[in-house]
Amino acid sequence: MAKATFEVPELSEYTEVPAVKPGAMAHSSTFRAKEEFQQDLGFPGELVEDWQTKAIDKMGELLGKYRSLRVYMDACVKCGSCTDKCHYFLGTQDPKNMPVGRQDLMRKVYRRYFTLAGRLFPKLVGAEDFTKEVLDDWYCYYHQCSQCRRCSVFCPYGIDTAEISMAAREIMDSIGVGQKYCNEIIGKVYKIGNNLGLPGPALIDTIEGLEEDVYDETGVKVRYPIDEEGAEILLVTPSADFFAEPHVDGLIGYGKVFHEAGISWTISTYASEAANFGMFIGSYENMRRLAQRIREAAIKLKVKRIVFGECGHAWRVAYSFLNTLAGPWDFLDPKYPVPQHICEFTHGLIQEGKLKFDKSENDDKVLTYHDSCNVARASRMGDTPGGQFEIPRAIIKATCNHFYDMDEDTIRDRTFCCGGGGGLLTDDLMEVRVKGAKPRIDALNNVMQEKGVTHMAAICAICKTQFSKVLPYYGMEMDQVLSLHQLVSNAIVLTPGEDDDEPDGDEDLDNDNETDEAA
Amino acid sequence: MAFLTNFYAFLFYFAAFVLVAGLVFKLVQYSATPAPLKIPTTPAPTTRTGVVLRMMREVVLFESLFRGNKWTWIFGWMFHFGLFLVTLRHLRYFMDPVPFPIQLVQPFGIYGGLAMVVGLAGLWVRRFSVDRVKYITSTSDHLILALLILIGCSGLLMKFVFHTDVVEIKSFFLGLYTFDLKPLPGDPLLLLHLFLVASLMIIFPYSKLLHAPGLFFSPTRNQVDNPREQRHIAPWAKKLEQQ
Repeated sequence: MAKATFEVPELSEYTEVPAVKPGAMAHSSTFRAKEEFQQDLGFPGELVEDWQTKAIDKMGELLGKYRSLRVYMDACVKCGSCTDKCHYFLGTQDPKNMPVGRQDLMRKVYRRYFTLAGRLFPKLVGAEDFTKEVLDDWYCYYHQCSQCRRCSVFCPYGIDTAEISMAAREIMDSIGVGQKYCNEIIGKVYKIGNNLGLPGPALIDTIEGLEEDVYDETGVKVRYPIDEEGAEILLVTPSADFFAEPHVDGLIGYGKVFHEAGISWTISTYASEAANFGMFIGSYENMRRLAQRIREAAIKLKVKRIVFGECGHAWRVAYSFLNTLAGPWDFLDPKYPVPQHICEFTHGLIQEGKLKFDKSENDDKVLTYHDSCNVARASRMGDTPGGQFEIPRAIIKATCNHFYDMDEDTIRDRTFCCGGGGGLLTDDLMEVRVKGAKPRIDALNNVMQEKGVTHMAAICAICKTQFSKVLPYYGMEMDQVLSLHQLVSNAIVLTPGEDDDEPDGDEDLDNDNETDEAA
Repeated sequence: MAFLTNFYAFLFYFAAFVLVAGLVFKLVQYSATPAPLKIPTTPAPTTRTGVVLRMMREVVLFESLFRGNKWTWIFGWMFHFGLFLVTLRHLRYFMDPVPFPIQLVQPFGIYGGLAMVVGLAGLWVRRFSVDRVKYITSTSDHLILALLILIGCSGLLMKFVFHTDVVEIKSFFLGLYTFDLKPLPGDPLLLLHLFLVASLMIIFPYSKLLHAPGLFFSPTRNQVDNPREQRHIAPWAKKLEQQ
């Protein structure tokens, strides 16, 4: 782990609200997308000539397309309720990282060009021309927002800075100022099928290897099918699940759950990515194009259900937007919601009593759970509001003996983002990521001291990667973050199939168990 | 006197016109703008009724602000609830006969006036004393607070110190309905009070005071959490599907 070239904040028992320090993060600027990456997404390759006019026109277009943007530009009264809610402000002290400070970067331009008061008395109402300096500020600070929506919880009008930073990124893309990380990745999905650029054959190879590993470890033939037409379930999961640690342990867990459920499933090489970075850049068109791949794969593979793996922003797009972007899903089995979260699926089986666990397998750990921001505040699981908090915790409690929640102010809908969401999970933003993680790590550190917590489970690929990378900066171990389904995987009691000849794992539900204690 | 009366009559016709026309324009603009995606801040209600309740808690109790910042909530709620009572009390100048509930609310209106000024003062202090709030405050934020506090203080002064002829005021305003201009008392405090109120009406549709209608249109608060059950699609997004 390379040591920091910046000052890593010191952990405190409770995250204190720091004094503002203007310009503290003004030097942070994420890499720009090169021309080729821009063009793959239908954006100009570099800053266009009359960028100012074009940007204002684009803003006008978006104001007409998104009620959120229109209302949120007008409604803020500068009450200050959001000012101490953003993890990036808490970690960096930069006032432009206060949600309202970030919003005002756009609001001052909006007021100048779209409101009477701003046209007549710009100084009075804080309106400003869209200058190159303002554009640079946009690029800097709209790429220090993880679109986690914590601010929207506390705003009396529900103003969601995510909506504004998405719009800002869309406007910047439209004039040729894109971010390398997001735009390059979206291009990879179009060309190859997933964020990591893992081509079909390599993926198949990896998955086969995985299947062998699980067999070696457990002595049970758990299948990890890929591109199998006619499977009941299409599993769409973040591509990090295919090999990165600790993600892959989660994928192993999903497979074991499907095995025990006796339901056939498959991964698709074509739609081998759950994450939808189209949302990060606020581009409806790109988000839709990415989502359509899942529809195409579902049709081609003739599945009846779609289940999403552990991924935060992906679950937001899946739960909240997939029906809009790629629906209607009338060709799937109407008995099940489309899509389902793997946690909903596993939890359902637990409730039906179909899964057996040996909780002591996780006795070497004391757990806490990190509510991923976009699962917590932008989606749901189950039938009742708040199911997204209860269902993952219920799974942990079913699979582990030792579990403690972190401080109430830092979980459920008040959870802190890991610091790497919304298109910031790139090394060129490491300072922002490390500092932005402070509030979460304060709370984690607190339960480690007080309750002896050793590990934190998460259900988001970004969270897992971010924590693995950032925890060491705070003197913790990278493997303290786990996939939730890794816990399931550890504790689940597998039912052996009819020896090595696995018949799709279909009928072997009632075969009684010879528990295998491998591992 | 006739000049003053004419001036104020014109001022209030103008202010009322700007307020109504400006607000109608904004309401039409907000309703005409689609919300293409389901973005309620969750956990969110899964039914319409639930959303109405959520919205009522926001409007009446300022629920989210309560969770966000207790000081701002106390002062903000005092101000708004005070203003609400004051407005009810003032309705007696605009209707004849005065309905019973409005008669009943009269004494509370006075407390409301006091609460309003105290609340505003508290909010203003925060604009100086909290560095984060100071950072986000612009001149217009100070001016609006000054305007509201002046309105409150001039009103209270007329109630407690420099009385004015309320019967004449009432006949002035009732006369405006029928374009029958009745003389307005010439007390400087009253004239100031009315001038500021008219100014408030005029800036309403052009300022952050739009937070009032805005809340009702906020997708994070007014949407039902049912995206899997019901397909939600905006007209402009529908067009993408036909390509």
